[in-house]
Order: sequence, then C-alpha cells, then structure tokens
Amino acid sequence: MPIPAVEFEQVRFAYGESEVLRDVSFTVARGEVVAVMGGSGSGKTTLLKLIGGQLRPKSGQVRVDGEAVGDLGESALYAMRRKLGMLFQFGALFTDLSVYENVAFPLRERLSLPESIVNDLVLMKLQAVGLRGAAQLMPNELSGGMARRVALARAIALDPLVMLYDEPFTGLDPISLGVTGKLIRELNDALGSASIVVTHDVAESLAIVDKVVFLADGVIVAHGTPDEVRASDLPFVKQFINSETDGPVPFHKPAAPYGEELGLEVVRG
Amino acid sequence: MVNWIVKFFSRVGEPFTNALLKLGFASRFLIAILRHSTTALVRFRLTLREIWFAGVLSVLIIAVSGLFVGMVLALQGYDTLVRFGASSSLGILVALSLVRELGPVVGALLFASRAGSAITAEIGLMKATEQLSAMEMMAVNPIARVVAPKFWGGVISMPLLAAMFSAMGIFGGYIIGVQLLGLDAGSFWSQMQSAIDFQQDVLNGVIKSVFFGVAISLIAVFEGFDAPPTAEGVSGATTRTVVTSSLVILGLDVLLTAFMFRGV
Repeated sequence: MPIPAVEFEQVRFAYGESEVLRDVSFTVARGEVVAVMGGSGSGKTTLLKLIGGQLRPKSGQVRVDGEAVGDLGESALYAMRRKLGMLFQFGALFTDLSVYENVAFPLRERLSLPESIVNDLVLMKLQAVGLRGAAQLMPNELSGGMARRVALARAIALDPLVMLYDEPFTGLDPISLGVTGKLIRELNDALGSASIVVTHDVAESLAIVDKVVFLADGVIVAHGTPDEVRASDLPFVKQFINSETDGPVPFHKPAAPYGEELGLEVVRG
Repeated sequence: MVNWIVKFFSRVGEPFTNALLKLGFASRFLIAILRHSTTALVRFRLTLREIWFAGVLSVLIIAVSGLFVGMVLALQGYDTLVRFGASSSLGILVALSLVRELGPVVGALLFASRAGSAITAEIGLMKATEQLSAMEMMAVNPIARVVAPKFWGGVISMPLLAAMFSAMGIFGGYIIGVQLLGLDAGSFWSQMQSAIDFQQDVLNGVIKSVFFGVAISLIAVFEGFDAPPTAEGVSGATTRTVVTSSLVILGLDVLLTAFMFRGV
C-alpha cells in the first residue's frame, strides 16, 4: 500500500485545559482532495497547524509522507515543510513585494536557480491562476479574489506534495468562488498532490472534493464521499448541509435560564 | 485565611513575575536572533534595506534635532561661561556635552520613537496578517529572514545617527558661538580639539550608542513579534516599544556613565 500523503492517527490536541481535537484519525492519499468541515471553533484550523508543525499533538501522530511531524526537530521540520504549500484565509501576501516577487519568493529563498528559470517558473504559475497580467501590480492593487489567486500561485511555486487551504472560499464573489474551486481541483490533479480544504462552504466544496470529513467539538462525526454525505441521515450533517439554524448545533450558546437573568424568576418567587 | 494571603501575594507579585517572564523571553529571543543572523550578514542586501528604513529615513529628524540642541547648548553655555570670563571654552562645553551624553542619549530617544516604533508596527502587522506564518509554512524562518535583518539594521544605524547628531550639534554650536556671538573661530575649534580625548570621550560615546542600538532594536523586534495579532495588540506593542526603550536607554545611560567616567 502506498504511503498516504497525510495521516492522522488518534490525534489529541489541547490549548491549555480546553481540548480541541480528540482521537482524530483519517488519511489523505495522493491525488485526493479532502474537505474538512465543521462549525467555527471546531478545530479545523488547528488541524492545518498540526500538519505544518506549528503546533504539536498532545498524543497520537500526524504524518506527512510517512514522517511523524510531532517528533521533528527544528531543521527537520523546516525540511518537511518543503513538501507543503498553504493558502491562507486572506492570502497573506507580502505587502512590500509585487505580485511577481511574491511568487518568486519561495523560489529565491529555497532554491538557487538562475534568474531566467525563476522568471519562467513565476510566469508559469501566474498563468496557471490566470494572473500573468497582474505580475507587476502591488498586493494593495488587487481585489480579494485576485490576492487569493496570487497566494495560490505562490503556494504551488515549488510543486508541493500536500496543499493546505484555510477557508479558501470566505468572502469571495460567486465568480471568484467558482474560479477558486476549479483551480483547487485542477491544480491538485495536475500536480498529483493531496489537498486538504478547510471550509464552511458546503455547495462549492462538495462539487470539487473526493472526501468530506465533518468535525464537531474536536471529534470526527461523519466522513464519506460527497454523495454519501448528501444522503446522510446524521442530524449534524443534515443541519450543516441544509444550513438549518437550529439542531444538534444549537442556536443558543449554553447560558443560565433566560428568565432568571432577566430577573423574572425573582419577581414570580 | 492562608488562601487569602497566598492570593494577595500572588496578585501583588504578578506584575513582577510577568516582567521577569518577558525578560526571559526577550533574552531567548536575542539568542535566537544571533543564531539565525547568518542570512542577515551573508545576504547583506536584506540588512541594507533595513538600514535604509531605520537609519537613512531617520537622518532628517536626527540632523535637525542635533542642530537645534547644539544651538541651545551654545546659547545657554555662553550665558554662564561669559560670567566667569571663560567664553572661549564654549566649544569644549558644546562638544563634550554632545559626544559624551546628548548625542547618544537624545539620538537614541529619537531613534526609538522614529524607527523603533516603525519596526514594531511592521513586524506586528506582518504577524497579524499571517505573513510570518506564511513564511514559516514556506520553510523560510521568519527570524532569519525578517527579524534578524531589522535587528542588525537598527544596531548598525544607531551609532551612525548618534555621531551625526553630535556633528550637527557641534555645527549648531559653531553657528551660535562664532557666527552670532562673535567668538574667535580659531580658539573655538582648537580648544575643542585639545580638550576632547578620543578614547575617553568620543569612543565612550560610541560604545554607549552601540548599547542603546542593541537595546532599542531588540525591544522593537521583540515587541512586534510578541504582539497579539489584532489592531489593539499592535498599537499597544508600538507604544510599549517607545516607552520601554526610553526607560531602558536612560537606565543604561546611568549605568554606563558610572562605569566609564567614575573618578574622572
């Protein structure tokens, strides 16, 4: 059996006392695009940070290409990160560098290539996201959707084995949304990489992914292909997919009884 | 009762332990910067960029302030010296005050507010907009790529700016003393030359400004790196850089002066 690109094995993680992930296990093979869904604060972004080694699991193992990320020392961790590409929620472009220089950044920092090859690679990556025409612009001259596509070109500059997407669809207009979804799928297939997409966007992601993992309160409550997920009877999954306001995920945050807080109980007593 | 006492003391001691913790973090941060300084020194272009932002862009405020401080020193000094018939020593007074004390100290205070705050804000905002995280995920160490060049840029700029402050101050003293008050130019310069010792006065001033440069740069990069990634967090960190740097400069100045000029 080939080594999975990313593997979570019984991973637990806590910020201080509060446990964010409990016994999370799943694998992502090369060529697969997996969506990780769940409400805000369900531990999705933590999951990405565990893969990147910015956080270490409390117990269990996170493996990237067979290497246990939690056990790596500083230099081995930086070496492992060469296999990763990450698209941040708002792009995280370097605001003092032009679009061209942003995409060239990982090439210049990590490889010592002749300038002509750097130039070719940058133009190829920008062409792949459709923004070769924006090469000389500064990040503050781009729209949100364009900034994210430039960030995507930068993330794939070194043809990573694993692509991580942190909320790639947030705050995009319908056209940019479609473009981003299409790019995620196409780039994954072209590079033969594995992609993990952390998202809330049900419609857009179900259209492009191979597998979905649902997280709630740090536990995987459901997983399967988009069709299986759509047909699921689990109340949580149904609530999420149909965007119902109340259900297993309550509308109200747990609180003291309403009447009591308004002082009504006292009056009656 | 015992519980209450424990609580009371932990509350009283909290600011102290917090400050101690922060000092510990800052020291470890300094070690990390030094360990990752190869990039900043080998790819000196990165450090040059920071020297431009921290140093060259501070030249105007440093030069103008130096000029005015020198002029005021000359005016005040002349008024006193002339009572004792020692107005020809005005050059010595101006130059000594500047190279020993005012150049390094006032220069450093201005540098902390002009460049230190900018360094903190830039690093803090890079953190808040996930640029530092993005760098980390690209397997580029942000301490080596961003922090160390800024640190060294500050350390290199500070003594040069302090020297410029003193030079402009002396020029200001000359304008007032010689051009305005009519002192003899020859005695103004020659007395200054013979009375000022290179090692005792000039070199000690430079050493002071190097210490201040290290302190300001470390505080600025540390506060930026440590800032909570919010608008409030970055503004608080910028303020802390200026306040802490100023206090540290003045405290260090007392210490260094005590060591350098005891018994002189």
